[in-house]
Amino acid sequence: MSILIDEHTTFIVQGITGREAVNLVRECLDYGKGARIVAGVTPGRRGRDVHGVQVFDTVAQAIEHQGAQIDGSVVTVPPAFTKDAVFEALENGIRLVVIVTERIPRGDVAQMVELASERGARIIGPNCLGIIVPDVVKMGGIGGPARDAARSYTPGPVGVISRSGGMTTEMSSTLTAAGLGQSTAVSIGGDAIIGSTYAELMPLFEADPATDAIVIYTEPGGRMEAELARRVLETDSRLPIVAFMAGRFMDEMPGMSFGHAGTIVEGKEDTASEKVARLGEAGIVVAEEISEIPSLVQDRMASGTAV
Amino acid sequence: MRFFEYESRVVTAKVGIPVTRHGLAKTADEARRIAEQIGGPVVIKSQVLSGGRMKAGGVKFADTPDEAARHADQILDLEIGGHMPRGVLVDDRAPLRREYYAGVVWDGIRKLPVMLFSDMGGIDIEEVAQTHPDRVVRVHFSTLRPVSDWQAKQLITSLGISGSALNRLTPIVARLARLFLAYDMTLAEINPLGELQDGSFVALDAHMEMENEARRRQHALLHELGVGDEETRLAREPTAFELAGEQVDAQDHRGVAGNVTEFDGDLGLVIGAGGGSLTLFDAVRAHGGRPANYCEIGGNPSVRKACGLAKLVLEKPGVDKIAVMMSIVSNTRVDIVARGVIKACLELGYDPAEKIAIFRIPGAWEDEGFKILRRYGVQYADRTVSLHEAARRAVESIGQGPMRSSEAATADGAAA
Amino acid sequence: MSVEQVGPRAPADGLFIAVEVEEWAVRDRELAAKLAEVCPVDIYHAGARGIEVVREHLDECVLCELCLNAAPPGAIRVIKRYDGDAPLRA
Repeated sequence: MSILIDEHTTFIVQGITGREAVNLVRECLDYGKGARIVAGVTPGRRGRDVHGVQVFDTVAQAIEHQGAQIDGSVVTVPPAFTKDAVFEALENGIRLVVIVTERIPRGDVAQMVELASERGARIIGPNCLGIIVPDVVKMGGIGGPARDAARSYTPGPVGVISRSGGMTTEMSSTLTAAGLGQSTAVSIGGDAIIGSTYAELMPLFEADPATDAIVIYTEPGGRMEAELARRVLETDSRLPIVAFMAGRFMDEMPGMSFGHAGTIVEGKEDTASEKVARLGEAGIVVAEEISEIPSLVQDRMASGTAV
Repeated sequence: MRFFEYESRVVTAKVGIPVTRHGLAKTADEARRIAEQIGGPVVIKSQVLSGGRMKAGGVKFADTPDEAARHADQILDLEIGGHMPRGVLVDDRAPLRREYYAGVVWDGIRKLPVMLFSDMGGIDIEEVAQTHPDRVVRVHFSTLRPVSDWQAKQLITSLGISGSALNRLTPIVARLARLFLAYDMTLAEINPLGELQDGSFVALDAHMEMENEARRRQHALLHELGVGDEETRLAREPTAFELAGEQVDAQDHRGVAGNVTEFDGDLGLVIGAGGGSLTLFDAVRAHGGRPANYCEIGGNPSVRKACGLAKLVLEKPGVDKIAVMMSIVSNTRVDIVARGVIKACLELGYDPAEKIAIFRIPGAWEDEGFKILRRYGVQYADRTVSLHEAARRAVESIGQGPMRSSEAATADGAAA
Repeated sequence: MSVEQVGPRAPADGLFIAVEVEEWAVRDRELAAKLAEVCPVDIYHAGARGIEVVREHLDECVLCELCLNAAPPGAIRVIKRYDGDAPLRA
């Protein structure tokens, strides 16, 4: 089992003829059981194909060609066009949109998220690498080429949620090396406003019988760690959570942002030390080093109690 | 990107929110002239991108144009929070009946903008929210539908405000909310929003910040305000080293090899990607290392850019060695980065085996990359060596031990 | 930009990558144009006298083999100087 996607998930790639998108399509087709990329969309490029995937001008054409509703879309178009592409996907009934594009202004992201919520759809990202279910399917550039992804990700009981795409792979690889596979790993994106936060993905992992623990990668900026801590205190989660906090040095440099756009600290609760305190209060253990994560996960799974 | 108060005032006035009569002065004489034109008591305010102007002595009151000139002279020379002022704002000191607060910010959890309003203006709103939570009201609003006046009206009445004050405040708060969205602001606040003796309202101070990602599409407004593309408006001005890093990254459009921040240590860092750089910078310091810089490699940059970045760091005075480290790469290629950093050493006349403390980048094309590193005798590590262990080895190799961790922890923030 | 025409006895060398073009292929202007088009890092330049190699771009080679695919068998050799002069696609 998994969350968000499985081997049956159909999806399209919007902006499929771009350089990075072409690689992404190859990787997803090659990985696991092979992603069901049923079409691509780039306006004006109808009739072309990318690694055997047919290209259309519009999402509507892609759905008509498929003859059935398509589940998801990976959006990788320049920032100025992303809102339009995501609106097009949502208004054509697509329910899972992974936005790879970075540097999208917050106002646009808020509009996309608001429309998604009105249409009952979910957004992952922006500024993310997507979702991977080890050995089954990946949706996005996460883990890279199929061969590389297979070295880092293995099936198992740990759900991974990360604000950094690269660190999703680093943490999963560390878990894999310790014999702990992953149920689903989600790169949620590094921006200040994102479609799905830790707290919003928790219910999905809780409902997934394959998941027994959660590992999260966190950074300064924003309140989504505080949101998670609050949720853990208020609800009775069966899943223990182990966190890692990067960017602690930023606490000494107010007003500067490093790494991702979302690390900009805009309030007193946004700093690394405040977040570590909040997570701790909720019983979420914060690892000092990535290499400590597997044993912390094993301890908590063995004790059989959620945080 | 933060705006100066005088710029925020322009934006405020532009959308039809009344502001007091004011002018920007760059000299004491100019301040005197503006005060004469206003013709009454004035406030002289330092124009710096820093909070706490009042406490630092950057805001003074003057009853006469001469006094205004004297204060301006003083404030123009006063450094606040490490910044010299760009000028002083000479502002009409209108007699107030009452001070309010109006602001708009993003709520990243609800993923919506939120209007804030308080009848306790003139002080920090976070303070009011803590000491008098019942005096700050807020309401989220849609980004898909136009902001409508009733939303502001309903918010203001929740503080028990009615009568002509309500009718005059409503359009001000609604306009602030509209400008927040229209101009891609991340913060737009008027504090204080003053009620004059005659019952009219004026913005006495405004603070606005625009999202960096929106600078391109807000070019018209920035041009109108006279904000140049080169103005980063960061917490501190970029150093020459950091500007050189930007030039390296601008050489071509392939990937990123830049986002350089200068520190004062002796271990040069060539690190990536976003999250990996944050983790590695912390890790180096946790092991007592003193980084000479922060930077990011990502998105598969060209050999030329990786080389340029490594050269920049290697040539930084005080840098003995560089550590080349990234979290597992899937897009950036190990062999391309290896070529770049080795080339940098050779072109500067160094032995890569000596100058590269450690190379820890596992992932895409690592077999090819490791061949290159072996050929030049460079110490490298694969994914079985953790980020923290790689950082520890790098620190050890330049002779900084954990013994020094206590002093290093305080020394590094100096460049901030 | 230093471009040079290369033959089998005069390979164009970068630090990491060298390219050799057989004498019978070097003046083939059609092939030169094809190589210039396929190479993603602009190592080949279609000059008036045939295939020219841009020395500054050699080390940008991403080992994609597109030039080898575009050329007749044996016409071009891409050599990994860091790997004991092993040819790409032996």
